Amino acid sequence: MNWSVPRIPLDTWCDAALDWLTEALSGVTRAISHSVSDWIAELTTLLQAVPPPMIILAFGLLAWRVSGWRLSIGSMLGFAFLWNLRLWDPMVTTLVMVVLSTAASIAIGLPLGIVAALNARTWRVVAPCMDMAQTMPSFVYLIPAIPFFGLGPVSACFATVIFAMPPTIRLTALGILQVPGELTEAADAFGTTRWQKLVKVQLPLALPTIMAGINQTIMLSLSMVVIAAMIGAGGLGREVWSAIQRLEAGRGFQAGVAIAVLAIILDRITQQVSRRAQPR
Amino acid sequence: MTALVPFNFDIGSAASPSIKMPGVKTAEKRTALIEVQDVSKVFGDRSAEALTMLDAGEDRAAILARTGTAVGLNHVSFDVAEGEILVVMGLSGSGKSTMLRCLNRLIEPSSGTIRVRGADVTAMAPAALRDFRRHSFGMVFQHFALFPHRTILGNVEFGLEVQGMAKPARRDSAMRAIELVGLKGWDARYPSELSGGMKQRAGLARALAADAAVLLMDEAFSALDPLIRRDMQQELVELQRRLQKTIVFVSHDLDEAIALGGRIVLMKDGAIVQVGTAEAILAHPATPYVARFVEHIDVASVLKVGALLAAVPIVLRSQEDPAEAANRMEAAGCGNTLVVDAAGRLLGRTDIAALRRVPNGQGLERAVRSCARVAATASVKQALPVVAAEAEAVAVVDEDGRLLGTIDRVGIINALARRSANPEAAS
Ligand SMILES: Nc1ncnc2c1ncn2[C@@H]1O[C@H](COP(=O)(O)OP(=O)(O)OP(=O)(O)O)[C@@H](O)[C@H]1O
Ligand SMILES: [Mg+2]
Repeated sequence: MNWSVPRIPLDTWCDAALDWLTEALSGVTRAISHSVSDWIAELTTLLQAVPPPMIILAFGLLAWRVSGWRLSIGSMLGFAFLWNLRLWDPMVTTLVMVVLSTAASIAIGLPLGIVAALNARTWRVVAPCMDMAQTMPSFVYLIPAIPFFGLGPVSACFATVIFAMPPTIRLTALGILQVPGELTEAADAFGTTRWQKLVKVQLPLALPTIMAGINQTIMLSLSMVVIAAMIGAGGLGREVWSAIQRLEAGRGFQAGVAIAVLAIILDRITQQVSRRAQPR
Repeated sequence: MTALVPFNFDIGSAASPSIKMPGVKTAEKRTALIEVQDVSKVFGDRSAEALTMLDAGEDRAAILARTGTAVGLNHVSFDVAEGEILVVMGLSGSGKSTMLRCLNRLIEPSSGTIRVRGADVTAMAPAALRDFRRHSFGMVFQHFALFPHRTILGNVEFGLEVQGMAKPARRDSAMRAIELVGLKGWDARYPSELSGGMKQRAGLARALAADAAVLLMDEAFSALDPLIRRDMQQELVELQRRLQKTIVFVSHDLDEAIALGGRIVLMKDGAIVQVGTAEAILAHPATPYVARFVEHIDVASVLKVGALLAAVPIVLRSQEDPAEAANRMEAAGCGNTLVVDAAGRLLGRTDIAALRRVPNGQGLERAVRSCARVAATASVKQALPVVAAEAEAVAVVDEDGRLLGTIDRVGIINALARRSANPEAAS
């Protein structure tokens, strides 16, 4: 077969774009990355210095507040189990990463989701980007992350946010679009401004859906910890990763279980928050 | 022998029962609060083209086929008087909701003007329009549209909150509105805890809270069961009388329109086919469509007693001499008759024998016994049991108790027979 149509040089283009971006931005991004990663490290050390029982108790209280004693006892047992496995410090590192990635995802995803819901054109741009972000193998984000942010937790957070943010955007937009037309019409009829309508009617009614999106974002962040460990994120992900490299099945399994336990605890707690947001 | 007519207005003869009833104000005389002039609405992208076709008199189907735009309103004009209940009626898809939503521009009219108290709503900039919606319109929705995440109080105070009213003041106003609709004690509940009827009371309170002059109600009672519905209709009429609101009420139910008792705007395919009171529409349907629309209506519930009055041959005054009165009656050949006081208010009934029994020097009141009476504003249906129970013609009185005339079985039967046989023949 003789192909006369020339190949589209997508790879060359990407390289060129990346080179250009690195040239133009990496000075700034690396500087930011430095200070942020220092800050993350400090925060992590600080939390690791707190006696584990206090953190366990704090989670127990939180779980009790949002749900009840069952969830409270369950999560305290879960954390105690991780402590017992001597995985406390990696767990804290991972937790900090997940919390920061989730916070960043919400900070970017929530406004983006709101705008996408209210403006069809934005939605048409954002939707395919999200599809790409979620279907592209997540290793691919790691490659450009390194020239910008260097090895370490900031690159890991960056890759995690890109991968984990789409559910927050998608479900925020969905939640707002799902508000019954009659209710937005009622808000209009009483002379609300766009902002009043958003804050008093649309967001409160979309809240359960938005919380479900945030829950998914947390889960996806956790699923990224092993991949993030490849670029120096540390934590439970590194436990798994180094176990794989040394073919230590037991240790790898143990770290995997630890990630699963953490995931379940975070999932149950955020699900309860989402359920409590349900209007009656 | 001249019939004594102690009234300050004419009683028409039995043959022409067209009577001006005092106290029944004609809406047309009052000032117009809302003026809708030549408003059209087409839904779709090619609205300019559709509008020209509409102006050229093409019909809905042709416009839909050619341009793919749906005609919602076709050159609609009418006025709403201050303090009246105007009912917009028509079959499903006739454009009632579109009409109502054009009034506060929830739907943007494609052409025409709408004025409220002289202000051109159609020309308002967004900020002015918002202000207008906050202060001039209250709206009630078919499926309540209560905010599920707010308590009843939170729902009712919504409009005031949007206006930026301080919390204590808006709480007070909201609580008053809640009390007004009979929901006292339910303010802390959530909408999901209320029955349909109560939800709509809350919806009504929310619309009333801002004390807007106009209430827009889109099939507000259609989702309620018939009994609750009738209660709500009565209460709305009651509230309207008390608060003097102007109400535009969309309904597809003629019985409801009659119960609310105002003028009716009848729509078909986005255009108005007739405007008038239920009685007038029933009596003179403008088109066969209207005639068909009203043919199932229970005439007796629409027809007012005041329209069927018969004159009383002899009416006695309380200060007359009993013996003389008896003589007069004998001469006129009537055995008993009605007695009024100096102001024309009905006192009761008397007969010749009773008059003759009055001792010399005593007043005529001695011979008067109480008698049945119906209000001129009552429907024939309401009067029927009273008329059926009485041997004689029943006295008809106005709001102040003044005698207007009488109504009897024969008159009622004649009226009903005439109107249901052929509505157009009735006067
Ligand atoms: N948003 C819209 N887009 C397109 N067509 C519309 C829209 N809203 C209404 N229409 C059309 O306008 C016409 C009038 O609709 P409208 O809702 O005013 O009727 P209605 O009299 O209120 O009927 P119903 O009794 O069913 O509520 C209908 O033919 C409908 O198809
Ligand atoms: Mg409708």
